[in-house]
Amino acid sequence: MSETITKTIVIEVMRYRPEQESEPVWERFTVPYTDDMSVLQGLQAIKDDQDGSLSFRWSCRMAICGSCGMMINGKPMLSCQTFLRDFAPGPIRVEALAHLPIERDLVVSVEPFVKKLESVKPYIIPKEARTLEQGEYLQSPEELERIEQYSSCINCMLCYAACPQFGIDPEFTGPGVLALLHRYNADSRDGGQAERMEVLNAQDGVWSCTAVGYCSEVCPKGVDPARAVNQNKMNSATDYFFSRFLLPGSKRGGKP
Amino acid sequence: MNVKRHPPYRRPMTGWWKRDPFFMRYMLRETTAFAVAAYAIVLCVGVLRLAQGEAAWNGWLQALRSPLSLLLHLVLLAAFVIHAYSWFQIMPKTLPMIKMGGEQVSASAIQRAGWSAAAIATVLVLALAAWWQS
Amino acid sequence: MTGKPRSNAPIFWLMFGAGGMLSALLGTAMVFITGLAVPLGLFYSPELLSYPRVLALAQHGLGKLFLLAVIALFAWHAAHRILCSLHDIGIHKGLVAKLCCYGSAFAITVVVAVNLLRVGF
Repeated sequence: MSETITKTIVIEVMRYRPEQESEPVWERFTVPYTDDMSVLQGLQAIKDDQDGSLSFRWSCRMAICGSCGMMINGKPMLSCQTFLRDFAPGPIRVEALAHLPIERDLVVSVEPFVKKLESVKPYIIPKEARTLEQGEYLQSPEELERIEQYSSCINCMLCYAACPQFGIDPEFTGPGVLALLHRYNADSRDGGQAERMEVLNAQDGVWSCTAVGYCSEVCPKGVDPARAVNQNKMNSATDYFFSRFLLPGSKRGGKP
Repeated sequence: MNVKRHPPYRRPMTGWWKRDPFFMRYMLRETTAFAVAAYAIVLCVGVLRLAQGEAAWNGWLQALRSPLSLLLHLVLLAAFVIHAYSWFQIMPKTLPMIKMGGEQVSASAIQRAGWSAAAIATVLVLALAAWWQS
Repeated sequence: MTGKPRSNAPIFWLMFGAGGMLSALLGTAMVFITGLAVPLGLFYSPELLSYPRVLALAQHGLGKLFLLAVIALFAWHAAHRILCSLHDIGIHKGLVAKLCCYGSAFAITVVVAVNLLRVGF
């Protein structure tokens, strides 16, 4: 027996259709809802029943794919784990993730993020060549603890929407990518610190961060990118002063 | 089909810090730098006056007694308190993982340690000055 | 490799950090004593900052070190943070902004150093 839908909520969505407008416009929708519905489901109801042209990314509906990030009443959130009942009767303002260029409606451009992610070599670079016969790496619980939270990143880009330094300067590598850089630098199996130092040491590496800290506030996975970035300022500073005195070919590149 | 690709729309950053209380608190923290600068200048002038002799030094002391200076230092005092509070509030983010007794030291433990250090240092300076004048 | 140049920020950041820590620990008490208590005669006698006493402090090697460290590091801390704040409100960290901010801190450092030497030993 299904619940009779009697409640409605107002959702204001920032629309942007480049072929018909030169600037984003707000559009108002009244959506019938039940208490179990997420903001994502509200958008899906709009798309299904009112305006099929509404464009937005989504996939897993369970806060693990990182697709559905958007600004909900001015805060970066995952729409699949934000609930309409908490904003009733509205209006809820839904906008594309801040600081990122809008392609259409709630869809932002992700290519720069992907390029930055590639630049930090987000994979284990072995300390030395290892054969299958040597078996698996052994890692202690303590070694895992040093990287576990940073490995939880789902690439949702909420931290980029939170970071004003990224908003001011889109060349900033940014919280998420730097957290992933740290995740690999700090991994006991990894020997690639020296190769990642260039990204860290650049002006748009850690040095564009002013420890606002909002990135860690909004992260849905508890990654704490602010800590990843700021603890690497000391590593970068150490590298600045001490790497000049080391022999070329040295792998010294800052410790996690 | 040839679809014209429009460049993505960039929203302006003007007034970004007014958009959320979090950003306003960040800006408040950052503006304490003006107070630190002002006090550095006051002390710098003091050292200059000291080197210029007793009359100049007494002139500096006299200036510190003016209502304007007293008001300024009241504002500076508030700013320094905000600076000390916010400095140790952000400190956990700057430190690598520290373990004590098998457990990770929590962010709030680091903050409390910092604030305690500031309180103790304040008392020590006040006490030192009291001892020095006796 | 993207060939990104290394930033020189570490120099200024380390001084920012040292000055920030010093000012966070000592600043409140110092402002209270020099700017409020002594001028008003509150809890402390105005004699605390009399010329002979402060001169003796400034002539002592450790006294010089303390005064130079505190004033200079406060200045370098403030300079870096103000430069970053200007960037936050839209004024880019160009040569002019850097010269104004770091230049001022440098000037303060020089004035204090020179005058601490002028007071003698």
